[in-house]
Amino acid sequence: MQQLTKEHFQPISVDLRQAEQISRPSLSFWADAWRRLKQNKVAMVSMIFLIALIVCAIFVPMMSSNDYFTTDLAGKNKKPSAEHWFGTDDLGRDVFVRIWYGARISLEVGFAAAAIDLVVGVIYGGIAGFYGGKIDEAMMRFADILFAIPYLLVVILLLVVFEPGVGTIILALTLTGWIGMARIVRGQMLQLKQQEYVLAARSLGADDMRVLFKHLVPNSLGPIIVTLSLTVPSAIFAESFLSFIGLGVSAPVASWGTMANEGLPAMKYYPWRLMFPAVFISVTMLAFNLFGDGIRDAVDPRLRK
Amino acid sequence: MAKKPIDQNDNLLEIRDLKKYFQIGENTLKAVDGVSFTIKRGETLGIVGESGCGKSTAGRTILKLYDPTEGQIIFEGKDLSKLSNSEMKPLRREMQMIFQDPYASLNPRMTVGDIIGEALDIHGLASGAKRKERIQELLSLVSLNPEHMNRFPHEFSGGQRQRIGIARALAVEPKFIVCDEPISALDVSVQAQVVNLLEQLQEKMGLTYMFIAHDLSMVKYISDRVGVMYLGKMVELAESDKLYSKPLHPYTQALLSAIPIPDPEIERNRERIVLEGDVPSPMNPPSGCNFRTRCPKAMPECAAAAPQWKEVEPNHFVACHLYN
Repeated sequence: MQQLTKEHFQPISVDLRQAEQISRPSLSFWADAWRRLKQNKVAMVSMIFLIALIVCAIFVPMMSSNDYFTTDLAGKNKKPSAEHWFGTDDLGRDVFVRIWYGARISLEVGFAAAAIDLVVGVIYGGIAGFYGGKIDEAMMRFADILFAIPYLLVVILLLVVFEPGVGTIILALTLTGWIGMARIVRGQMLQLKQQEYVLAARSLGADDMRVLFKHLVPNSLGPIIVTLSLTVPSAIFAESFLSFIGLGVSAPVASWGTMANEGLPAMKYYPWRLMFPAVFISVTMLAFNLFGDGIRDAVDPRLRK
Repeated sequence: MAKKPIDQNDNLLEIRDLKKYFQIGENTLKAVDGVSFTIKRGETLGIVGESGCGKSTAGRTILKLYDPTEGQIIFEGKDLSKLSNSEMKPLRREMQMIFQDPYASLNPRMTVGDIIGEALDIHGLASGAKRKERIQELLSLVSLNPEHMNRFPHEFSGGQRQRIGIARALAVEPKFIVCDEPISALDVSVQAQVVNLLEQLQEKMGLTYMFIAHDLSMVKYISDRVGVMYLGKMVELAESDKLYSKPLHPYTQALLSAIPIPDPEIERNRERIVLEGDVPSPMNPPSGCNFRTRCPKAMPECAAAAPQWKEVEPNHFVACHLYN
C-alpha cells in the first residue's frame, strides 16, 4: 500500500459561490413525474395502447368502407374474414366497425363523466375544505345522503324519465360520481390550508382566490389526476354494464355493452360476436387501470427514490 | 455588534392585554391569555417558553394571521386589532414573518423566483424585467446565487430554504419581522449562518425583530430584551443580560438552570431546578397563578388570584406573587 505523506495533500480553495452550486438539472414537478412514468414499462405500454385506441376510434369508422348500421341479411353471422375482420352479427353488420364505433361511445362516456366529476368535484370539495366548519359539515352531509341512494335505482329511474342514450348515461353516472372527487379534494384542502406556505401567502396579503388557485389547487393536482385516471375506466365499465343489461344506448347505435349483450345468446355458434366486445372491454379497463396506477406512482412523492 | 442605539421611548409596536382563544368543541383553549409588552424600533425582542405555551400564536396574532379575541395591537400608533383583511393589506408591507419549518413554508410547486415574486405581485411593486431584477437582488441579499430563481424549493438544503423564506419576507421592505423559531429546524452550523444573516440584515435595513425560540442561549445571543411565556401568559420580561444574570420568576429560574454549560467540571456540579409534572392543559388552566401547580415556591395566595404584571425594577417586568 502506498504511503501517504504530507506532500500528497493540497489545500483546495474554498469558494462560497461554489458551495451554492447545484449540479442537478432543474426539474419541475411535472417533468419529474413524467420521468418516473417513463420508467414504468407497464404504464407506458398501457398509454400507447390507449392512444392507439383513441386514434382508431376516431379514424376507423371514418375510413372504413363498412358502416355500423347497414344490414346485410344475406351475409349475417359470418366468420372473421379479409372483408369483415371481426366477422358480422345477426343482421350482417360489420363487427369491426361496430367495435370502433362502440369505442367512440365508451370513450365519450368515460371522458365526459370524468370531466364533469372533475369540475363539480373540485369546486364542491374545494369550497367545503377551504371554508371548513359549518359550511363543510353541511356540504359533506349532503354528499353523504346523495351517496347513500342506491346507484342502480337512480339510473333506472333516470332512464325511465329520460330518453335512453349517451346523455342520460352520462347524467346518471355523474349524478353521484363527483362525490369521490369532492371527498379527495376536500381532504387535500383541509390538509394543505394548514401548511406554512399558505400562512406565508396570507401574511403577504394574499386573498382567498390567490391562496386557492396559486397554492391549494396546484398542490392537490396529483391526487386529482390520479382520481381522474381511475374515474375514466369506471365510467366506461358502468356504460358497458348498463348497456349490457339493456339500460344503455338503443339500436342501431353500437356500444361494447350492447354488442356483448346481443352476442351472448349466440355464444355457442358465433363466439366472435361476444368475444370481440368482451376482449375490448377487458383490455381497455386493464390499460386504464394500469396507466392510472402508473400515474399514481409517478406523482406520489412518497415513492420518490 | 455595531448596532444603532435603541431609543427606549420609540415604541414600534405596543401589545395591550392580547388574548387569543380557540373554540375546540365545547372547550375554550386559551392559547394567549392577556399578554402586554412593547417592542422598540430597531430592537430584537426574544420570546421563549416551552412548546405549546402560545409563543407562535402570539406572533401570528400580532400579524393578524389570527383574529385576536381581545386586546389591542398598536403598530406605529395604529390599532390593528379591529382592522378588516382589506384594511390590513397595506400594513402587510410593514410587518412580515419568517417561519419555523423551511420545508413546509415554501410552496413546492412554485419556483424560487415566483415564491419571492409573490409579494411583489400582491402589492404590485414590480413587474416584468424589474420584477426579475428585484428577485435577483433579494437572492443576493440573503447570499444565494441569483441564477437560482428558476429552481424549485426541493433542490435546496434546509439553510438555503430558510434564506429563501427570509428573502420572501424582505421583498416588501418591512419594518418588523416576526421570526417564528426560524432556526430550530436547522443544523447547528447552519443556525449560526442564519442568525448572523438576520443580524446583518437588521443592521443594514434597520429591522425590528420579534424572535420566538426555545433555544435559550441563541435567544440570549440575538435579543436585546427577552420575554418568558408560560401557558399563554408572559411571566417575565427584561433586558437579556439582566434576565439571564438575575431571573426573578421561579419559572425563568428553572428554565435557565436547564441550559447546559460547556464545561464538564461545572456541568457536573451544576444545580438544576427540575419542575414537577407536565404543563397543565391550556383548556383548563389552574386558578390564580397558572404556574403554581409546578412552582417550587408556591404559596397559598397563588391559588387565590392571578399575579399582577408589574415593573419591579426599571425595565424588568414580572408576574409573580413573590414580588407583589
